[in-house]
Amino acid sequence: MADRAQPLSFWPAAGIVAAVAIPALILVTAGAVFLQAEPGQGLSPADWAAVRFTLWQAFLSSLISCILAIPVARALARRKFAGRRMLITLLGAPFLLPVIVAVFGLLAIFGREGLANAVLGGLGFEPMSIFGLHGVVLAHVFFNLPLATRLVLQGWQDIPGERFRLAASLDMDASAIQMHLERPMLWRVLPGAALVIFVICTTSFAVALTLGGGPKATTVELAIYQALRFEFDLSKAAFLSLIQLGITVVAALVLLRMGLSAGFGAGMDRPAQRWDANGVWQRWFDVLAIGFAALFLLLPLGAVFLRGIPAVADLPASVWSSAVRSLSVALASTTIVIVLSLAMAIAAARPNGGWIEAAGLLAIAASPLVVGTGLFILIFPFVRPEALALPVTALVNAIVTIPFALRAMIPAMRTIETDYGRLADSLGLTGWARMRLLIVPRIRRPLGFAAGLSAALSMGDLGVIALFADPNGATLPLQVQRLMGAYRMDDAGGAAVVLLVLSFALFWGFDRGIGRADD
Amino acid sequence: MLTIENLSFMRGDFAFRADMSVKPGLTAVIGPSGSGKSTLLSLIAGFDSPDGGRVLWNSSDITHLAPGARPVATLFQDNNLFPHLDVLTNVALGASPQAKPASDAMEKAKQAVERVGLAGLEARKPKDLSGGQQSRAALARVLLTDRPVVLMDEAFSALGPALKSEMLSMATSLMPEKTLIMVTHDPEDAKKFAKEAIFVKDGMVASPVETQVLFAHPPAGLAAYLS
Repeated sequence: MADRAQPLSFWPAAGIVAAVAIPALILVTAGAVFLQAEPGQGLSPADWAAVRFTLWQAFLSSLISCILAIPVARALARRKFAGRRMLITLLGAPFLLPVIVAVFGLLAIFGREGLANAVLGGLGFEPMSIFGLHGVVLAHVFFNLPLATRLVLQGWQDIPGERFRLAASLDMDASAIQMHLERPMLWRVLPGAALVIFVICTTSFAVALTLGGGPKATTVELAIYQALRFEFDLSKAAFLSLIQLGITVVAALVLLRMGLSAGFGAGMDRPAQRWDANGVWQRWFDVLAIGFAALFLLLPLGAVFLRGIPAVADLPASVWSSAVRSLSVALASTTIVIVLSLAMAIAAARPNGGWIEAAGLLAIAASPLVVGTGLFILIFPFVRPEALALPVTALVNAIVTIPFALRAMIPAMRTIETDYGRLADSLGLTGWARMRLLIVPRIRRPLGFAAGLSAALSMGDLGVIALFADPNGATLPLQVQRLMGAYRMDDAGGAAVVLLVLSFALFWGFDRGIGRADD
Repeated sequence: MLTIENLSFMRGDFAFRADMSVKPGLTAVIGPSGSGKSTLLSLIAGFDSPDGGRVLWNSSDITHLAPGARPVATLFQDNNLFPHLDVLTNVALGASPQAKPASDAMEKAKQAVERVGLAGLEARKPKDLSGGQQSRAALARVLLTDRPVVLMDEAFSALGPALKSEMLSMATSLMPEKTLIMVTHDPEDAKKFAKEAIFVKDGMVASPVETQVLFAHPPAGLAAYLS
């Protein structure tokens, strides 16, 4: 099949162009950053502090997420209970959850006036503060504990059921099973999970923006934002961007070397039958682990709804107009993702198309904020950046979502080619007819998922938009953040509910609307 | 007449050579696994390009045509039908490979579906057909393609022996004028249905010989394969 005669038609050609353009755009923005950075300017003590804080909080977040994930995943792997499937689905939700909504929920639980402090105060403890290192790590664990749990759960489910049957027939006890089956699996799965989470936490701007700040809790990305927006020091922003670029590129290279990818982990199967885990305290431990995870995820979300729903009816008009702005960004970004990832997947499924996937994955190494800074530097001499805030946000969000879209779509496209490529070729099914009759019907499930993901992610984005937006052109997440900053918590809660509902509705709508299978 | 002229094809240390003509009617291709039977079909269909030599149909050179532009239709071992399209659309694509098959193609498809005995099942999806019915639907599409050469790469091997025989006799009786080339692992298929047979071994393709003659006086390689 390797040398089948195939003319280069529109879609694969477009895919190749996209596969060249995306790394090119990332490189051009990096180049702009590089040229703008003043040579010879060393790292100030504050810059060093930002680097240290970025790495330290990412390390802690990753470590805590992974440690907590082990008991939760183990409980999910070996217990059958009502709502198990729902809980596993819920573990996928934080990926789609707008950061600012989660932050609002976490503040409601762990903030100064929150539930946790009320309990602590009742027990006679000092109230704790959610701002600074604690808060940043707490929010990162909130987002990444579910991811870690899914990855580790996947590891557990990859242990063949026969192994557990064999262990049971040998009458191995729980500790022997841990030793021979579970610990080797954890050693295989955990380093990858930890590294993925570490990388995510080094580029998580919105959490640092809302819960960090000050000399002790500023990440590099937050410092870029401050240099650009408050000090208007382009060369300082550029210099910091270079540092951030260095961090993400090194992390991405390590990831690539380990052959890892930022997957989601599936883990929807039934739990393996176990004979070693029927002890009373094991049961209680699992109940506690599952209860803890469910509460940790559900309480903040519940708090958003409790606080926000009563306020939705009286939200100021500015919230609704920013919702419309966010929707248009999300739809534009989704359109870009659909067209580009479809074209790239088609091109990647052709013989010798392997490099296309690699080119698309390169965007993982790109911090949206650095790309944004580069674009800011590039367009600043010609246009007011505020004027291009929405298109730039849509574009950058699309680029950072494409690796996830390709992950889902390229394997599906390869399957289509292996199963039906020859049949379609021999029928002379080419161009639009091939697209309409073969590719679209068979790719719609991963395409719908990718479109939903893209819509939800750019709906909730609070990254690039913060660099570019002017006060009157805010998107919904930015509006929530501003309302919170102004201590208008009721309005902020109402807007957070609107944002949450819109994000999940977009995901659900695209995933079901495009992804409905018809075979 | 299909003519294969000095065709050569190298992949790694596998070398393939063929030089022969195939007459209309059913010709069987037999030989051990890995000998090059499927390569022969791939080269005729255009899924692979030869390193040297030509493929001719009635003395016009088709060596460099895309698979869809050749006078060749293929019945694969499986995946002959698009699972998301109904039977009628699947069949109509044989005459009109467009996003919306032309209405006269749909009309012709209906007739072809009747000829293979699937009348009434036009609206079904492939998954709602039995294995035998799926083979019939694929055959109906080949009837519609108007292509004089039909390649069958172990097309009905997933069916039971009785069904397979039924499909082969249906294929030969519905397409008496076409050049049918069938790869098979079962010498009985060749004896029962093929006028001529081609023996392939180690990438060397022998010229077609009358099936009765071939099996009555097998060359050394074939005798070893059969025993």
